[in-house]
Amino acid sequence: MGTIAFRRKAADRAMKWAFHLCAFLVILPLFLILFDLLIQGARELRWTLLTDLPHPVGEPGGGIANGIVGTFLITLLTMTWSVPIAVMSGIYLAEYGRGKFASAVRFAVDTLTGVPSIIMGIFGYILIVLPMKRFSAWAGAAALSMIFIPVVVRTTEDMLRTVPATVREAALALGIERWKTTLFITVRTASAGILTGILLAMARIIGETAPLLFTTLGNQFWQNRLDQPMAAVPLQVFSYAISPYEDWHNKAWAGALVLITMVLLINIGARFLTREKK
Amino acid sequence: METENVFEVRDLSAWFGEHQVLKGIRMGIAGNAVTSVMGPSGCGKSTFIRCLNRMHDLTPGFRTEGEILLDGVNIYSERVDPVYLRRRVGMVFQQPNPFPRMSVFENVAVGLRLNGRKQSKADLAEAVEKSLRMAALWDEVREHLDRPGASLSGGQQQRLCIARALAVEPEVLLMDEPCSALDPVSTAKIEDLIEDLSSRYTIVVVTHNMQQAARISDSVAFFLLGELIEMDKSGKIFTNPSDQRTEQYITGRFG
Repeated sequence: MGTIAFRRKAADRAMKWAFHLCAFLVILPLFLILFDLLIQGARELRWTLLTDLPHPVGEPGGGIANGIVGTFLITLLTMTWSVPIAVMSGIYLAEYGRGKFASAVRFAVDTLTGVPSIIMGIFGYILIVLPMKRFSAWAGAAALSMIFIPVVVRTTEDMLRTVPATVREAALALGIERWKTTLFITVRTASAGILTGILLAMARIIGETAPLLFTTLGNQFWQNRLDQPMAAVPLQVFSYAISPYEDWHNKAWAGALVLITMVLLINIGARFLTREKK
Repeated sequence: METENVFEVRDLSAWFGEHQVLKGIRMGIAGNAVTSVMGPSGCGKSTFIRCLNRMHDLTPGFRTEGEILLDGVNIYSERVDPVYLRRRVGMVFQQPNPFPRMSVFENVAVGLRLNGRKQSKADLAEAVEKSLRMAALWDEVREHLDRPGASLSGGQQQRLCIARALAVEPEVLLMDEPCSALDPVSTAKIEDLIEDLSSRYTIVVVTHNMQQAARISDSVAFFLLGELIEMDKSGKIFTNPSDQRTEQYITGRFG
């Protein structure tokens, strides 16, 4: 009796520790990355990094201001059409989506989520860059949309599915039309979750590099025209990192630190929204 | 005062897919009175009252035969828009279901707002107050109309749902076991409320609680296995039922 009880307790404890250990392994990379970035990025981290244009090789100082503005513009541009398209499709799947067309949409969306982002870049190149005969922010935003939309479609659908059927019933029983029920009752009920999904997808595309390589290309100078090549932080990190200069390597580290800070801030915002819901 | 029947149900049968849940129901539902629909679980009583405002319309595989006349018009005919029907025939559900993320005020106002009745803020506030008063909730919530509806107690939530249904000014109020999720004190309040409202509204209540049916109803319909066994004045059905099965049910031999 004694040994059986002992073995059972030991197994219980061992498994408990195994679960804890795995959970720890999951969060470890985040802290390693943050730690490393803070140490390496701190060397070039100064105010002018956020306010200045990149300087030529050999000239000290310079910043990634054009990249930060570029990333901001491209992300905003992506979201102007991607948010409505994605949320409306999510609504379609959750509220109307029965039958073959809906399963086809679901399958396509799941597949798109898994497509490597470099392919989105190539697609943007063929679809927009070639016909326009120039690299542009438009092309980058088109490529990023294809990453953004599938993610938001599925989170919107999932969030709407968490709204109890009794809520829809109550609205219908008041004689409220179905589309109004959907937009003003059901979507409103799930709005915090939908917004969180949008923010997380936004954090995802802010850091994407591959889709921009063949589409927005990058730029050493200020460029606010959307039909021209534009700078973006991930592109700057990439080109600095593959350069042969020690000075630029340090700038890549600092740029990466800026990038992850942006992503982290958005994630914290999303976190805050979900907490408020309760 | 005896009034004319508001609903006239003629040979109503209903199916979920292959499964028949209502079998040739014939009954009249009197105006400005409380009609209870009573019977054991699975007898079709909830299905029945949900036919009265076409709540099953969106259920895949659901179909009906027969007619339900509301003021002489078959509500299942093509001329009737279920959206407008539901504005005339309101409903309160078994579980209190106030809209999440909406305040007490918004819960009551939302029907008027979304149903496209142009109203000033003052009119809306007046309508909300009137509905909350009719639902006997005003005195308890007047100080915190901006609190979330879901923060009220279960009994208050159910009265909020009644106020919400009354706000769009229906003629009929359907109540699907409105007290079964509530404690006895809240139940008593809702029952009083039903009695008050019956002077102005036609009320149909589903219940599996016989005492409740006896307390609140003018007429009682007894359902069993999808059939209407008998329907009569409340006093008659509980003291001298005509059908043996009704007697067995009210004396607690099944159900």
